[in-house]
This record gives sequence, structure tokens and C-alpha cells, in this order.
Amino acid sequence: MQKVYIYKRFERFWHWVQASLIMFLALTGFEVHGAFKIFGFEKAAEFHRTASWMLIGLIIFAIFWHLTTGEWRQYIPTTKQLKEQVIYYISGIFKGEHHPTERTGLSKLNPLQRIVYLGFKLVLVPITIISGILYMLYKTFDQNNLIVIEDYPLASIAFWHTLGAILLMIFLVVHVYMTTTGKTPTSNIKAMITGYEELDDDQQKISADKITKSE
Amino acid sequence: MFRTLLIVIFGVIITLIMVNILHQEDNYNLKLETLRHKYALKSIPSVSHSKLPALQRDFKTPQEVTEACLSCHTETHKEVMASSHWNWERASYVAGRGISSAGKNNVMNNFCLGTNSNQKSCAKCHIGYGMSSSHFDFNNARNVDCMVCHDNSDEYLKGASMAGYPDRTVNLENVAQSVGSPKKSNCGSCHSFGGGGNNVKHGDLDVALNSCSREVDVHMGVNGMNLECVACHTAENHNIIGKLYSVSSDNTNRATCEQCHTNTPHLSDVINRHGSRVSCQACHIPQYAKVNSTKMAWKWSDAGKLKDGKPYELEDSLGNHNYMSIKGSFVWARNVKPDYIWFNGTADHYILGDSIKSVPVQMNTLNGSYSDRHSKIIPVKIHVGDQIYDKVYNRLVQPKLYGETEGDSAYWKDFKWDEAVAAGMKESGLLYSGKYGFVKTEMYWPVNHMVSPKGQAVGCAECHTRNNGRLAKLSGFYLPGRDQNKTLDFVGYWMFILALIAVFGHAAIRISMDIARNKYEKQIINYDEDKPAE
Repeated sequence: MQKVYIYKRFERFWHWVQASLIMFLALTGFEVHGAFKIFGFEKAAEFHRTASWMLIGLIIFAIFWHLTTGEWRQYIPTTKQLKEQVIYYISGIFKGEHHPTERTGLSKLNPLQRIVYLGFKLVLVPITIISGILYMLYKTFDQNNLIVIEDYPLASIAFWHTLGAILLMIFLVVHVYMTTTGKTPTSNIKAMITGYEELDDDQQKISADKITKSE
Repeated sequence: MFRTLLIVIFGVIITLIMVNILHQEDNYNLKLETLRHKYALKSIPSVSHSKLPALQRDFKTPQEVTEACLSCHTETHKEVMASSHWNWERASYVAGRGISSAGKNNVMNNFCLGTNSNQKSCAKCHIGYGMSSSHFDFNNARNVDCMVCHDNSDEYLKGASMAGYPDRTVNLENVAQSVGSPKKSNCGSCHSFGGGGNNVKHGDLDVALNSCSREVDVHMGVNGMNLECVACHTAENHNIIGKLYSVSSDNTNRATCEQCHTNTPHLSDVINRHGSRVSCQACHIPQYAKVNSTKMAWKWSDAGKLKDGKPYELEDSLGNHNYMSIKGSFVWARNVKPDYIWFNGTADHYILGDSIKSVPVQMNTLNGSYSDRHSKIIPVKIHVGDQIYDKVYNRLVQPKLYGETEGDSAYWKDFKWDEAVAAGMKESGLLYSGKYGFVKTEMYWPVNHMVSPKGQAVGCAECHTRNNGRLAKLSGFYLPGRDQNKTLDFVGYWMFILALIAVFGHAAIRISMDIARNKYEKQIINYDEDKPAE
């Protein structure tokens, strides 16, 4: 048994705050959308607005952290072993095979995660946040006030924002499920809480084998 | 030690933040307080008219009072005679008509229909004396009625069907000596009684406003600011600002909430921003006709039923007439939720002689739509009904309703539509084919008064709701909470469900395969254990 430090302190803080904010935003956001009633429209809209600024603030910190620590390199997409990773989730996982890729502090994301998280960070979140900011600042012509957005239909801003929200919810479902595919069903979540992931010697050996094979 | 200190500091900061978040009290709105202070000071008149020598005399006719007024206010009649209160019409540019003169002389309504041939009765609300027909002399200053607006004794009263002359009981000397700035009761003596009774027409102008609580009208309430009408409807040189689109057409000289409250009256930016497309009235007048009922419908086609050859009246449980032989049947309502429309400040009217373009006939058309950026959502009272029209010429007709005696062809005496219409149209100078019918009509009354205290304003969720919201009928724009992209929501919902199914399916296969594998491994172990026994 070997403990590997994978998730750094800021990373864990960022992950869990972002997760809770996104879930809270979903709750209030879909209430504003009219899907259900919990807080009442007025409170829901108010909470949604407050939480959205918090999320934006958090993401600014996260971007800064990724850039300054070089962690952004973790997300450089690769096709190497991508196919193996997909096949593993489709069939290998059922047969009790080991993960085709190894997780270390230097490379903590598998090729599939790299692509999905990159899409999350560069497409999904920006769509939702940009449309959300436009939604929040939506303003039409007024005698005195400045025009921020003029004659741009709110319906299309709302479309993109809702689309982003729905995709985020689908991401959430799949993402939470995928955390159970670690060594044990809870080992990945534990790693995201403590920062350490336990890698058994067996896995170490396999990765060592692989290295010799590829050589 | 250092660690404890950090924890204490952190704890204090967290507590302070929580107190700020959880503590909710109305913030102090300085704009509102400034206004309250400004209007709390009531002006004291610099002249007591009871001490003026010119008014110490016995007035035989009301015209003598006017002459006495003009002996000091030598040019004031010019201001009054330029007003629509005197002229009963106002020229304005109307799209499709050009420069159009509209007012009580030619605009029709779906209450008592119109003034032509009925001036003697209608002129009770004309600021003049002797308007008994369409031949009134609008250039005679002696006939200006100063007292109806300026009497502060509450004694002055215009006589019923006396062409605008005061009732014979009025002591003109008393009234002349007690003139001053107009009070609610002066304005209300006409504006609350339009359509033949209290609160009949407007729905938001009720004689009850003369002495009401803040709950009825936050501005006029005696336990509030107790403002007079002229506090908002200021009248520099007798040019009174504010008008209603039952007879007015253009977007000028309006009395607005913003003239005092500015267009950013709230502390919340989100609510202020609503003001670019939502009128103040839309949220701040959750209901109208809060004290007495107002007429919502008037069917002239029911008029003329007689009992034993005589006209009769019926009343509903609140004492409102719901049937009168001379007028037809009515529907009344109290505490009415307004309807909402887009309005840009311009209107068109059905003018006597116009052809009917659509049914129900629009007695007035309030222009506006979401796509017109100057339009705002306003609350309106929609008064519906039916009234008489000429089947051949396809236009509404003006019947002669009021008459002094039977046999004068007046409908209210003789109950014969043919004769009444013939007489009314002759007086109006228009042809009548002789064939009449009844056609449905609609009239829009913007609701501007009976503003509620802020705690009773319309809440967000009354419009931002999926079903049956106050704005359910307005279309052409996206209203969050009400509207949705149905395709996106449908596809998104099923994608989410499919993701759940996929995840649970995947988990189920994993678990079952795992169990199967465990069994297999256990068998091997059993096999190993069995081995030594062999």
C-alpha cells in the first residue's frame, strides 16, 4: 500500500465549494425557471444572483491557481489510451480489470477525464456563466439609463443559460457516478477530501509492467 | 496562543457576516423621506377672499361672480378658455388621422355614449354656464365657471340638467368669498361621477378618495400625506398636467409618478430596471375600486323594458343598479384586479362618424407593444358593453337620450330608439339610415390612482409564474418564470433521465458481475480447501 498526494489543498477547497454552489444554483435556478417551488420566486432569484457572483469569484481564483501552478497542463487533451479508457468503462470494468491508466500527482486525470473536464471548463461553464451574466444585466432602452443590451431577445439568452444548466446537471449525475469506479466505491471521494489516494502495490506493479512493455 | 487568536478573529468575522446576511430590515429610503418632508408643508394662502370688497355683494347670477373674479384676475379667463376643461376638445397629432381634434364634443364612449344632443344634461360637468346645445359660445368669458374648481366651502353644486348652471340652493356670495386652491372634492365633483354615478367610469376615481385611508390611496389618505389632486396635477397658468386616454391622444403633458419619485425610486437595482418596461402603476395598484363598485359592463340592448308601461330599476346586493329601463343592464365589481396591456402613451378614439372596423368596436385604442421600446406595461380597466349602431352606414350612432318632456323624441322619456337616434344624428349633422342594431364595444381605462402602500405592491411571483399570472395574456416577450423553451426543456428533461438510467444500469451490471465473480473466486477457494481432504 502506498499513499499518493494527488489533490492539493486549494484544489479540494475549490472543488467542493464549486460543487455546492453549482448544486445551489441549480436548485434556485430551476425554481426561477418555474420547475418547482421551494423558496418562492423572489427569494430564489435573489439567492441565485448572490450565489452566481460567489461562483464567478471562485472561478477567477481557480483560473489564477491553474495558471500560476501550471496545473492547467493536466487538462491538455490526449488521444493516447483514450480508446482503452473508453473500452474499460464499457467492458473491462465489468470483468474486474484494472484501470488502463495510472493516477499520480503529476498526471491525475485519465485521457477521458482530460477531454471531458476541458470541455466542462472551456465550453459548458463559459456558456452558462456568460449567458448568466447577460441574463443578470439584461436591460432594455430607458429614458436615462445606459443601454447594456438592446433589442437582443431575452428568450435566446435564457435558452443558452437553460441549456448550460441542463448539461451541467447531466455532468453532475455522470460525474458523481464515475467517482465510484475507483479502487473501492468511495476511494475517489476520500481522495478529493483528504488529498491522498491509496494505490496498492498490485497497481504499482501493473503500471511498472506497462512501462516495460511499452519500452 | 497564535492559533487561538486566529480562531477567535475568524469566529468574530463569520458572526458579523452572518448577522449582516440574516438581519433584514427595510433600508431607509432617503428619496421617499425627502418627498414626505417636502409635501408635509402645506401652503397658506396669502389672500382671504372673504375680505375683498369686490365680493361683498349679493350676486344675482353666477356670471356676476365671474365678472367679480375677472375684476382682479384680469387675464385669467384667457388661460381657462384655452383649456380642454372649457373647450371639451384638444387638438393633437394622431397616426392615421393627422391633426385631429378630440374631446367630449366628438369622442364616443360605451357609457352614456356621447354628449351631442344631450348637452343640457352632460354640461353639469362643463366649466361653463349655459351649454344647452352644440351652439354654445366658447368665446364668452362671462360664462366661465370659476367656482366649480375653486370653491373651498363645499357648498357649490352644479344643478342636474341645468346646462352647467349652479343649483338654485347655492349661496353665491358665500361661495365667492371662500374660493381657494382646488381640493379633492372640487375635482371629484366631476371626475368621480363620470358615467352618471360615483366611480362608474374610472374605477380608480371614487368620491371616497376625498377622505380615505392610506390603504385606499397612499398619497391621498388622511392618515398619510393627505395630498390634494393638484399636488401632482400641477396647473401652471391653468394648464393642468395629466389626462386620461378615454379622450386624450398624445404623449404630452402627462402627470407621472416619476415627476416626484424619479425613475430610480427603489433601493433594489433589479426593481428599478423593471421600470424601463413596466409602469409604476402595474405593481403599485394591485386592485382598483377598493371602496365602492365600478361598472365593468353595460348592455344598452337590454334597455327599454317597462313594467305597466313605466320604466323601472333593479339593484344588486350592494345597492348598485344592475338594471335601469332607461340605460340597460350593468355589471359592477369591487376590488378588481386590473388587466394589463402594452402602452406607449398615444391613443386613437372612436370618433362620431367613423366606420366600424372590427367587433368588438374599440372605443379607444391604446397603442403599444413589446417591440415598441417606448411601451410599458400598464394596468387598465376594460369596460365592455353593447350599444346602438346604424346597420346600413356601419357606424355607431348618437341617440338623443336626455329630454325635458315626453314626445321630445328623447329615449329616456319615450323609449323609442328610432326617434331618439334620428334626433341625435340630426343634431350631430350626420345621416341615419333608419335601420339600427346593437354591436359589442370595448373601452380601455388606464388605472392611475388608488396606489397601495408598498407592502401591498404586486409581488414578483404574481407575474413570474408558469400559470395564471397577472401577465398571462401579454405575449411577444420572454418573461422568466412564466416562459420556457418547450423543446429544450423536453429534450433536456429526457437527456437527464437517460443519464440517470445509464448510470444506474452501469452500476447494476457492475454489481451483478462483481457478485458473480466473487462466487467464482469463493468456489476456487473452496476447491483449494477441499484439496487436502482428498
